[in-house]
Amino acid sequence: MNGVHDMGGTHGHGPLHVEQDEPAFHAAWEGRVYGMVRHALRSGLFNLDEFRHAQERLPPAQYLSSGYYERWLAALELLVRETGGDIRLEVLPERQATVRFVPGDRVVARNMNPVGHTRLPRYARGKHGVVESRHGPFKLPDTHAHHLSRDWEPVYTVVFAAQEIWGEDAEAHENVSIDLWQSYLEADTI
Amino acid sequence: MSGDDVHHPHPPTDLEARTLALESLLIEKGLLTSEAVDRVIATFEQDIGPLRGARAVAHAWVDPEFKQWLLAAPKEALTGIGIGDHQVEELVVVENTPAVHNVIVCTLCSCYPWAVLGLPPTWYKSAPYRSRVVVEPRVVLHEMGLDVPDDVEVRVWDSSADIRYMVLPERPAGTEDWSEERLAEIVTRDCMIGVAQPRVPASIS
Repeated sequence: MNGVHDMGGTHGHGPLHVEQDEPAFHAAWEGRVYGMVRHALRSGLFNLDEFRHAQERLPPAQYLSSGYYERWLAALELLVRETGGDIRLEVLPERQATVRFVPGDRVVARNMNPVGHTRLPRYARGKHGVVESRHGPFKLPDTHAHHLSRDWEPVYTVVFAAQEIWGEDAEAHENVSIDLWQSYLEADTI
Repeated sequence: MSGDDVHHPHPPTDLEARTLALESLLIEKGLLTSEAVDRVIATFEQDIGPLRGARAVAHAWVDPEFKQWLLAAPKEALTGIGIGDHQVEELVVVENTPAVHNVIVCTLCSCYPWAVLGLPPTWYKSAPYRSRVVVEPRVVLHEMGLDVPDDVEVRVWDSSADIRYMVLPERPAGTEDWSEERLAEIVTRDCMIGVAQPRVPASIS
């Protein structure tokens, strides 16, 4: 979904604040939320893609104004409400996938705007890059986040020149690597 | 009446109350116990932190064979020096060189090798870092105190999938006769994210 979570290249978020000697958790409740999420994931109450998507589904103003663990708490509440706290079994197909690209291939990231979860950042869509390496196969988050069919796909590290993504004013001598599932990519025929 | 603060601590804030309610519900459902949550908290407050990664970096600096192993098969190499339970599908170690400076981000959420380096710092998870470092990394790095020369390529790694990244920084000059333990002390968390370089304290160099 085209949500406020997809932040790469967006403006107006202000300066960076760096806290020195930060504790693991700033308040006791933060640690408890973290521990609860880890255990909920382990128990199978929801999967990590569903948890990420639950954060993305928070109203944009709430997403942006909440602290990190506040967002986790709200997403956990949402998923517990939706699942009723009952575990649904995941049936995974065999971990295999057809490989379409090899390192060195020129590819273009698809221009797609799904309303559901995806891990193809908006700033990469329609951009041309080069496959550097192959990983996985991993579960496709776009379906896994919705507890639908779970597809295994290879993931490719694709290197994009910063100027391809941001235009000629981009910093010279900069490249951005993004890890993209196979169905996010098409062969670059240009 | 004195002693109120001890026996009747402040009423829970909204966030505390919601957390308590959720924990009670999940316990009731048999999905967790309070002790299990306590253990996760203790793990991150006491056991897992950047020192694990720092040990691996220092070892790679003194042992070229280990360095090649760490770059080729990071999880196996870490396990080989007693750093296990990575809780990550794939780990990739990217090496800084005189020609390339690597920096890690997750623009979509907060992906980070937390079981290897501990929990990410708040700034890593913040909107300013996530939005800016992919578009103006040199400016962000400068604000964080690191100037990358113009002729050095900046490579930003957006961890958008199930691969987690860790930077292998360059060993600073003047540390040739240092022990591995001493080397590990200058490898900070920020060095392994790629927003800092290991520094030799001025009093020594």
